[in-house]
Amino acid sequence: MSRASATLPLLWKAGRIGHIHPMSEFLTLTVNGREHRVQASSATPLLDVLRNHLGLKGSRYGCGLEQCGACMVLVDGQAAYSCSREAGTLEGRSIVTVEGLGTQGDLHPLQQAFLDEQAGQCGYCLSGMLIAAKALLDRNPSPSRAEIVEALDPNLCRCGAHPRILRAVARAAAVLRGEAGDGR
Amino acid sequence: MAVSQSLRDNPRLDRWLRFEPDRTVRVATGKVELGQGILTALAQIAAEELDLRIDQVRVMSGNSVEGPGEGYTASSWSVEHSGSAIRAVSAEVRALAIARAALRLNAAPEELSVRDGEFVRNGHATGLDYWHVAPEIDLSAEATGDAAPKPAAEHRIVGRDIPRLDLPAKLTGAGFIQDIVMPGMFHARTLRQPGRGAHLSLDEQALRRIAGAGVTVVRRADFVAFVGEDETAVRMAAAKASETGAWRGGRELRPEQATAAWVAAQPAHDRRIGDAVADAGAGRVSMRFSRPFLSHGSIAPSCALALWQDDRLTVWSHAQGMHPLRANIAATLDLPVDKVACHHAQGGGCYGHNGADDAALDAALVAMAMPGRPIRLCWSRADEFAYEPLSSAMEVEVHATLGPDGRPVGWTTEIWSAAHGQRPGVGGAYLLAAEALETPPPPRKPFDIPEDRGGGATRNGIPLYDIAAKGIDFHLVHDVPVRTSSLRGLGATLNVFAIEALIDELSARAGEDALAYRLSLLSDPRARAVLERAAAMAGWSQRGPAGTGRGLGLGLARYKNSSAYAAVVAAVDVDEAVRVTDVWCAVDAGLVINPDGLVNQVEGNIVQAISWALIEQVSFADQGVASLDWETYPVIRFRDIPNIRVELVDASEHDPLGVGECAGGPAAAAIGNAVAHALGARIHDMPMTRDRIVAALMDA
Repeated sequence: MSRASATLPLLWKAGRIGHIHPMSEFLTLTVNGREHRVQASSATPLLDVLRNHLGLKGSRYGCGLEQCGACMVLVDGQAAYSCSREAGTLEGRSIVTVEGLGTQGDLHPLQQAFLDEQAGQCGYCLSGMLIAAKALLDRNPSPSRAEIVEALDPNLCRCGAHPRILRAVARAAAVLRGEAGDGR
Repeated sequence: MAVSQSLRDNPRLDRWLRFEPDRTVRVATGKVELGQGILTALAQIAAEELDLRIDQVRVMSGNSVEGPGEGYTASSWSVEHSGSAIRAVSAEVRALAIARAALRLNAAPEELSVRDGEFVRNGHATGLDYWHVAPEIDLSAEATGDAAPKPAAEHRIVGRDIPRLDLPAKLTGAGFIQDIVMPGMFHARTLRQPGRGAHLSLDEQALRRIAGAGVTVVRRADFVAFVGEDETAVRMAAAKASETGAWRGGRELRPEQATAAWVAAQPAHDRRIGDAVADAGAGRVSMRFSRPFLSHGSIAPSCALALWQDDRLTVWSHAQGMHPLRANIAATLDLPVDKVACHHAQGGGCYGHNGADDAALDAALVAMAMPGRPIRLCWSRADEFAYEPLSSAMEVEVHATLGPDGRPVGWTTEIWSAAHGQRPGVGGAYLLAAEALETPPPPRKPFDIPEDRGGGATRNGIPLYDIAAKGIDFHLVHDVPVRTSSLRGLGATLNVFAIEALIDELSARAGEDALAYRLSLLSDPRARAVLERAAAMAGWSQRGPAGTGRGLGLGLARYKNSSAYAAVVAAVDVDEAVRVTDVWCAVDAGLVINPDGLVNQVEGNIVQAISWALIEQVSFADQGVASLDWETYPVIRFRDIPNIRVELVDASEHDPLGVGECAGGPAAAAIGNAVAHALGARIHDMPMTRDRIVAALMDA
């Protein structure tokens, strides 16, 4: 068996790694209630700023086309795709990611309801689902099933956890209204 | 319970189980979490047999260095194979530990029991636990299989709805391979070779111009990747390069090749499976069905990490088997297997063989070009749709030979399909980027999963019903212009759809109710039980007349004819489109490890089957796969979700049966039969679209 190094491919260095891109600039973004100054071009997608500059990995890359909802965040309380949205347009706006809802030790009632209903399989869509549900419950504390369906319809789930997700959102709404206890 | 294949392949106890210094037990499995809850179920099995709390068990999954090799996480084998191995090993280690403790305590082994890992003598704590005696137990010994697992009546943890161990992280923004960050890590994206034989026509300078500042180009033969610190820049470079017409040659798809009819018209390797059936001439009834190419459609494009350091390659991947991945990467890169380590990290649901394995080789190729540099490589959405293996389009013609009483005495399921089992390393299949290297592997030979492993296209081609002679005529089509491989259910989805449709037609010809007719052909009591339960759940006896626009239909199968039984009743409203309003499902999965986890899987399988039956189809254009995003490859959404009720038929006296794929075929079949009932005319082709509703009504 030949040594691997003998088959090493050509490596073309096109530029010095880590040097500052000429278009780079500083952006000030308010994420989960905190102001962050990041060095990134204003055209950088918000999702990349969140994941790679701020280390907030909860917002997910799914399509980059504003079609699946895995990247959803709250912008001034509204559910919004982050995968194609230029970060520079969001200075001064309030951005909330799934990390801003709750933590493992201190779950938001929505997260707790998803846990109580075991609403998820692979879980990749869940950040976006939680964000879409949060936006809904903030504007409508008592949504009907049809209203939950309408609010979550832009979000794709490929595992088929939809029935449980619908139940979880209804359950969280009841908990937030003080009409039901959660599983804690 | 017979010794599982997994335990025969990995007989040493320490491949499976280890006592940890922090007073936990590490249980290892070659099976991996795909969102199906397997790690929770396996932890339950270990905790049960070892008399531990669930939080005293840690599952190590998909570790090609230390863990057991169990092939791929596929075909709903995980509980049957890995679960039975872990059950046997745990029972055996418990017995060995009790024997050591008995010596220390000067007690008879029968006097001792275990509670949360501590030995208890006649109900009193002994102060001695597993971790005290662990150094005295030889876990390098091979399992004997002699220790009897607990009877189901004594189960405390198996059979309970233990919440998924991985969900809390996934609900708080963590838990996925995509989230891993390593010091100095670079991001990478490929410029995908558009098919075997395509050659890059861009030169070094052109690629560097596209890459721009801060992005490096890695090239080996026709494998090309853009690599750099800034993922945004890397992604932009790869997207720009893919628009430049950088390739000569490669695959040329035509729209008609995406149809089942095109596939069925290609030369095939023909094979008869099962009984010979005499040609009964006039007494023969035949019907033909089809479905298109399908995508796995994972929400998460494939991702992998790799590091080449000190002449060793380490790969992190969400593929379905780390031992096969290690062997395949080592073979492709001409490395000794012991220089490659593959570790599973969880990704999005895959539902079969998608781009995960291929992304791992991509990352490895980049890593080997950049020694010491951790590489995180992610596919684009479009590349996942274009280059992951597709589930083959199929045609199925079912032929029943009828006896004088209108019941079938002979049955043939005739299947035209490309292969459903082309996982790397199986039947000459290989990882995608191998085609781009200096010496591509030889073209694959016709191969599909053999019937003794559940079959591929032929899966569930033999009906469950009491018919004197049953067989399959399999036409394995080899030369389709796209790679095809396993999607949840494989051939079972269309085979069950077709079989159950013809059974419905035969019941109508006999003037009998579809449920009663099925029961008259079923002696298997477990099949009868799920069918009767689902019918009762759905109020089948209240089924209305055909042709009203509202329909109720049945579907039944035992997955692979060896795993879980599922019966489904679907209710539909049909006008311009099919709307599934209610689904009732009864399942017999033998001894159930985690009932709620099982129901979750079955619900998901039903939802996916609705999507396959009504919506999904891959399309081709002259340039390649044309359905490259969620608008051109739509899948089911919340607005299409019916009420779904799933019940388990208690069969805990039987061994556990794989359940993850059991409901898809019966659900598709139930929808097909419900649509036929609603319209008074049958649609033979999936997806059942508006055009096909109109066509069926015109033909009726």
